[in-house]
Amino acid sequence: MATRAPDRLAAVPPNRPVGPRRRLRRHLVHQLDVKGSPYAYVAPFFLLFSAFGLFPLAYTAWVSLHEWTLLQDEHPFVGLENFRTLLADDYFWNATFNTLSIGVLSTAPQLLLAIWLAHLLNRPLRAQTFFRITLLLPNVTSVVAVVVIFSQLFGRDFGMINWVFSLVGVDGVAWNEGVLSSHFAISTMIMWRWTGYNALIFLAAMQAVPRELYEAATIDGASGMTQLRKITIPMIKPTIIFVVITSTIGAMQILAEPLLFSSYIITGGVDRQYQTLSLFIYENFTKLDFGYASAISWMMFVFIVVVAGINYLLTRRGKGGLA
Amino acid sequence: MRKLRHRFLAPMVAVSALALGLTACGGGDAETAGSGGTASPPAEKIKLTVGLFSDFHYAPLYEEFKKTHPNVEIVERRAQFNDHHTNLITQLTTGAGAADVVAVEGGYIGAFTPVPDKFHNLKEYGLDKRQSEYLDWKWKLGVSNDGSSLLGLGTDVGGLAMCYRPDLFKKAGLPTDREEVGALWPTWDAYIETGKKFVAGKVEGAKFTDGPGEHFRAMVEQAPIGFYDAQYNIVAATNPDVRKAYDTGVQMIDAGLSANLAAFSPPWNTGIAKGTFATMVCPAWKTGTIKDQKPGEGTWDIAAVPGGGGNQGGTHLMLPKQGKHPKEAAALIDLLTNKESQIKLFTEASALPSLPALYDDPAVKDFVNPYFGNAPIGKIFTDAAKALKPQPVGPKAGDVLQAIGNGLQRVDQGKQNAEEAWAQALKDVSRIK
Repeated sequence: MATRAPDRLAAVPPNRPVGPRRRLRRHLVHQLDVKGSPYAYVAPFFLLFSAFGLFPLAYTAWVSLHEWTLLQDEHPFVGLENFRTLLADDYFWNATFNTLSIGVLSTAPQLLLAIWLAHLLNRPLRAQTFFRITLLLPNVTSVVAVVVIFSQLFGRDFGMINWVFSLVGVDGVAWNEGVLSSHFAISTMIMWRWTGYNALIFLAAMQAVPRELYEAATIDGASGMTQLRKITIPMIKPTIIFVVITSTIGAMQILAEPLLFSSYIITGGVDRQYQTLSLFIYENFTKLDFGYASAISWMMFVFIVVVAGINYLLTRRGKGGLA
Repeated sequence: MRKLRHRFLAPMVAVSALALGLTACGGGDAETAGSGGTASPPAEKIKLTVGLFSDFHYAPLYEEFKKTHPNVEIVERRAQFNDHHTNLITQLTTGAGAADVVAVEGGYIGAFTPVPDKFHNLKEYGLDKRQSEYLDWKWKLGVSNDGSSLLGLGTDVGGLAMCYRPDLFKKAGLPTDREEVGALWPTWDAYIETGKKFVAGKVEGAKFTDGPGEHFRAMVEQAPIGFYDAQYNIVAATNPDVRKAYDTGVQMIDAGLSANLAAFSPPWNTGIAKGTFATMVCPAWKTGTIKDQKPGEGTWDIAAVPGGGGNQGGTHLMLPKQGKHPKEAAALIDLLTNKESQIKLFTEASALPSLPALYDDPAVKDFVNPYFGNAPIGKIFTDAAKALKPQPVGPKAGDVLQAIGNGLQRVDQGKQNAEEAWAQALKDVSRIK
């Protein structure tokens, strides 16, 4: 920034009396302060973002255009070859399907549950803070601990869920072997961790809805469910959009749950039945095939943008509004 | 302007000096250490980092090392097994972050022997004098592919045995004495026949074996050539011994012997304690794994492995070239792998020595493990290690094993038949570069 100063000096009209140099200098410093300071204040974020966000993104794109193996010194440029291979790769589409499937299975019921929970907590309630804090507890638990415990619950031979099944005479399920059963199990873990967190965000938004609307509705004889549908949801729509988008992004990036489910298998099950996109990337990085892994990363980025965009349009178009 | 610059210069120099100092501590410089002979003055304080993937029970040996090297401080770093090796590759390539002494397991060593320039040559520190002490094949694993450089010294070998549960054998009407049990299965076919007898005995809630994966690995490693040929090409698809091992694994599944458990998964761990399977392939170090599950003393016993001997796992200690103090680090490796240390590690941590002279040493040969019904593990495991025929280990042997092992598990889970699973496994293998 200091290098800009002389330019400004040159920009001063030459015919102006050069008399009090100090005044001019003070004036310039003041100008710089007014014009430059705001940028200086926001600069740290953008510098950090460039270093840790933008640069890796661009560099990943660059790597994805090469055949880049860590143990070799040469990285020949291959253009879009990695992407071409990727689009013809069964495992990639398998991972995409799994990611979307787990995403839908976990996000949709989760958000409904979160809104309902927030709605319940939005009423006058004894020990309010206690309940609200309780909602957040699953989220502060380490993801590894969550997955380990849930994997035990979903165990085939000694799992509690299969034990309950056996009590009512139903055969145990090999949760991690089937496609749907493993997706269901993983979605449960995600829901357990994130429902309360999202409920709190909804709750915060609901607190901002004017009380009078509810009072008027109550006088008109609207039930709790009707109030939720006709008042609360339309009023917190921007928050819903926000939560839908963040949850979608989160769901697209699921890694720890499928990685640790049943055991540390990077293929996501022996038949890749719960291999997600993140796992597929991880697998190729551990194979040190960096070009290919970068190509997958970029495809995943594109997917996230597309899916988040679709969700945005859908949630925005949803009917409602108080008018 | 000049003055201004000077005012900034002093702190700048100080800061960069500090930064240089810090990176030096991290052990980042690959250039200066290259000459090998840059010995540092003895009085200087030195910190050596040791990178391992589990508890090797080295702590008392470090103390011993400090007696002769009072100026050396030793710091141990541990990571998860897979992560440890992947990290090491990254650190070697990026030229920073590797520990002074690193452990490399047998399944991974093939990834490092083609790149001798990333490691200090231990010959320069006189460690090639130890060659005569070692099992020949174990020694060769630590030599670079071109034979020019000695990269690592072996710590332990994973002599093979078969662990079994006498209580379940008794219920099935099979013999329980370890000599008789071992005699039941001179070959893998005989092992399957025994398994069928076990199934006929109708033992409630127990299968004959955990799963076919580890058996498959053992059979492949008993063959003269495994997944790689002598020129380090992947030959898994064409090697008849690999296919034979796969078919034998499928036979175990078809005969209903498998509990369909992946080794080291949580339900497998529970199964060890609860007895959902009666036998499992057992390299020496796995006796520690069994103990950790606390099945109770005498619950498991140890017998000879089908097919006569073999090895699974085992580790080498190596010196990445980034290390600043190769002389001291080499001395540390020497101590950690010498006779006395290997005996200690065997009795304390079941790490089977890689020095054959010790196999006749009473401290090893006559060692019995009370936890396994006083099994003479010294004799069983040393017999297995002696009987081993070495085979070339390729750089991605672990990945190949995983791909075919997954195929066997798909058969075990009833998702695919043997041919479909084999075809898909070979497709996965062909993706390994």
